[in-house]
Amino acid sequence: MSWFEEEWRNFVPGKWSNNGINVRDFIQRNYTLYEGDESFLTGATDATKKLWAQVMELSEKERAAGGVLDMDTKIVSTVTSHGAGYLDKQLEKIVGFQTDKPFKRSLQPFGGIRMAQAACNEYGYEVDDDVVKIFTEYRKTHNQGVFDAYTPEMRLARRSAIITGLPDAYGRGRIIGDYRRVALYGVDMLIEDKKQQLETAPARMTAENIQLREELSDQIKALHDLKKLGEIYGFDISKPAKNAQEAIQWLYLGYLAAVKEQNGAAMSLGRTSTFVDIYIQRDLDAGVITEEQAQEYIDHFIMKLRLVKFARTPEYNELFSGDPTWVTESIGGVNIDGKPLVTKTSFRYLHTLDNLGPAPEPNLTVLWSVNLPQKFKEYCAKMSIRTSSIQYENDDLMRVTHGDDYAIACCVSSMRVGKEMQFFGARANLAKCLLYAINGGVDERLKIQVAPKYRAVEGDYLDYDDVMEKYDLMMNWLAELYVNTLNVIHYMHDKYSYEKLQMALHDREVKRYFATGIAGLSVVADSLSAIKYAKVKCIRDEDGIVVDYEVEGDFPKYGNNDDRVDSIAVDIVETFMEKIKRHHTYRHSVPTMSILTITSNVVYGKKTGNTPDGRKMGIPLAPGANPMHGRDTHGAAASLSSVAKLPFKHAQDGISNTFSIVPDALGKAGLSMLEELDFDLGMSEEELKKAAADVQ
Amino acid sequence: MELIKGYIHSTESFGTVDGPGIRFVVFMQGCPMRCKYCHNPDTWEMNTGKEVTVQQLLDEYDGCREFYKNGGITVTGGEPLMQTDFVTELFEEAKRRDIHTCLDTSGITFNPENTQKLDRLIQSTDLVMLDIKHIDAAQHKELTGHDNSDILAFARYLAENNVPMWIRHVVVPDITTDEKYLYQLGRFIGRLRSVKALDVLPYHDMGAEKYKKLGIAYPLEGTVPATDEQAKSAKEAIMRGIRDVRAKK
Repeated sequence: MSWFEEEWRNFVPGKWSNNGINVRDFIQRNYTLYEGDESFLTGATDATKKLWAQVMELSEKERAAGGVLDMDTKIVSTVTSHGAGYLDKQLEKIVGFQTDKPFKRSLQPFGGIRMAQAACNEYGYEVDDDVVKIFTEYRKTHNQGVFDAYTPEMRLARRSAIITGLPDAYGRGRIIGDYRRVALYGVDMLIEDKKQQLETAPARMTAENIQLREELSDQIKALHDLKKLGEIYGFDISKPAKNAQEAIQWLYLGYLAAVKEQNGAAMSLGRTSTFVDIYIQRDLDAGVITEEQAQEYIDHFIMKLRLVKFARTPEYNELFSGDPTWVTESIGGVNIDGKPLVTKTSFRYLHTLDNLGPAPEPNLTVLWSVNLPQKFKEYCAKMSIRTSSIQYENDDLMRVTHGDDYAIACCVSSMRVGKEMQFFGARANLAKCLLYAINGGVDERLKIQVAPKYRAVEGDYLDYDDVMEKYDLMMNWLAELYVNTLNVIHYMHDKYSYEKLQMALHDREVKRYFATGIAGLSVVADSLSAIKYAKVKCIRDEDGIVVDYEVEGDFPKYGNNDDRVDSIAVDIVETFMEKIKRHHTYRHSVPTMSILTITSNVVYGKKTGNTPDGRKMGIPLAPGANPMHGRDTHGAAASLSSVAKLPFKHAQDGISNTFSIVPDALGKAGLSMLEELDFDLGMSEEELKKAAADVQ
Repeated sequence: MELIKGYIHSTESFGTVDGPGIRFVVFMQGCPMRCKYCHNPDTWEMNTGKEVTVQQLLDEYDGCREFYKNGGITVTGGEPLMQTDFVTELFEEAKRRDIHTCLDTSGITFNPENTQKLDRLIQSTDLVMLDIKHIDAAQHKELTGHDNSDILAFARYLAENNVPMWIRHVVVPDITTDEKYLYQLGRFIGRLRSVKALDVLPYHDMGAEKYKKLGIAYPLEGTVPATDEQAKSAKEAIMRGIRDVRAKK
């Protein structure tokens, strides 16, 4: 590899500059740890304020227009499909939109033409006839492919919502391109690298090797397109970035190309703040930029990330409670030697919540470790209290398996940037599965046979051993069906909607996770606890289907640090994961599981009948691994301790706990410490003693 | 350990306003006071509630001990000193395990003639949170149903024995907002050498719902919650008293 004199000036060389693509090595050798507080931060510049006012005005118009301001109905979105778009070219330090103007949503039919049409129709737009014709007659979509291969059972399970949120009609997302590579190496070097990967790819033409070769060729094309996207905005990104502004711009163009190509369920950014800090620090040290400028670059970058928009249907938005893009950025964490990866730019990213105001996107995620610098911890706490906009993840837990250059996709899925990806698998509804076990595979809502006709429970009262035996069998069925359904989906996604740009920013040998998920864990744990420790009476309808339950007596509830029920939750997680593992997974992917429904639990609750814990049909399932609402009666520490028992080993794709607390309940700020006052008053210990002696 | 049982109302695993750090809070059952603004009327009745042993409570503490690194255990109520033997056993065992102990009490049970049990309890008590409801004897009686002389004597006893304490005072509009009394309270506190902090809280009416459930008339019906400003100015008056007495004015 040759050394770039100008672009890489003052960088410490290493494996990253001698032995191929290695962003982690670059960061480790070049970053500057910051252990101070936030006092160096600067406010929004006039340009930032003007741009943000413009964004607020457009947002207002968008709301007034019913949620969408403009849609492209003719031009199919690709990396190079549109001309340049700006808010105000003179003011923007970081540029680029998905289409030729801000707030105009792009047309992305590769996942499914019907979904694209539905999204348009909903807002009063009509997809161009030619485009519809092309994507129905000549070009097959992911969605079509999936439904061509689905079995009747898969369609039924989907309809009854025992398997939900499947990415079979929309982009799977959850893939993070290593966008930093664009800035550090420039696109030409990435193309060279990919060409070499293709040349050395196995030539024994098995289906697997053919697929690899085709994909590498697609990736090379995508990188050429990325260069063209740079040209559209007037940049030559074939070479590495020379300064901080370019580094952020190059990186953003990489990300922009990804969101132009894919409308994924989560289009996360990665772990960029400490990388970017190296460039900012170099420019600051050289005296070529000021702190105001550094913050302005970051503010404008984050502003762009907030404006990522997709055309989606109301059902989709209902499932995700809004219109999330999951532009997750992972901040902080600690390296494998225990040194924090916190830099001034970690602060600058979080500071955008002040300069631009709080916002859910990008999803700023702090990788929390006990070893983070105290001042950074305090700043995070302060910003959380003020904005409620920061997500926290346990770095000490994830670093063990993922090292120190992983990032979070979506809300909890961890993967090494550029080295690992995942096949997003939505989730199986284990609460509904329990009801199937009780009713012998008959859906309690649709009143039709969905699962195999196993023997239903008999008698008036549920017996724990009997229910557990039936539940175990039903979980076998569900796990197999679920895995096979996902196999179909990901085969077709690779075939018809391959993420060539994002995968071009990965190594050739990628570790793939097969990310399954479960919903309804706390309902299952509480239901089984009720059956075990109280008496649960079945209420049947005229056809003998159990449709309701009467709980007699009290029972331990998940969320109170009570092992009697927490152990049931742990068991369920381990058992279902074991069952998932038994089956073949597409492309040698490694099965993992998440317990993370952050928003879709509301929709799942609507589709799940009454449960033996006393929950009524329609009541939302608890989000993620949360206890059911109001059942954790021993305070937050006990509630969190129950969640903490769930084995990460068996739920490596992440365990989420949604936690709300009013700032006042976090402690006191108004307590006057008299010790400090004694100092002010200059009263000696002697005098104090005397004063104490003349107490009235 | 002996097997004394205590009556508790409940426990809270994430107490953040009951002493330093995050704390495991034990609400003891039973209280002789009938403070008008009490927000835990369900802890008044004696000899009822849940029967527990020290071991059970410490097991529960242990289950969440990761959270309590900078905190500890707080016993409140109810009135914990109605069950002094139990609390003593709990604190002594806690100290053996190096757990920070905090006693939140009204001081109402204090008997200056017989402090034998307390002499032992304070050996294992790291901090006392003492609620002084009113400095004036008559007003105190009106507000709580009891004289305050033993409570004030208790405060002096703690100071003499150098037991660290935090003084708490609730600001109830029209009842404890008289500046004269607040200043006087400050002068009293200023002479207590082991006072480490002062916490002035605005009265809230979130307890009213519980009264309704228990079928008890809410004594402060119609009293509006205190504002932060009222709490702030009350605090300033108390602080003035403290400063003056310490500056020997």
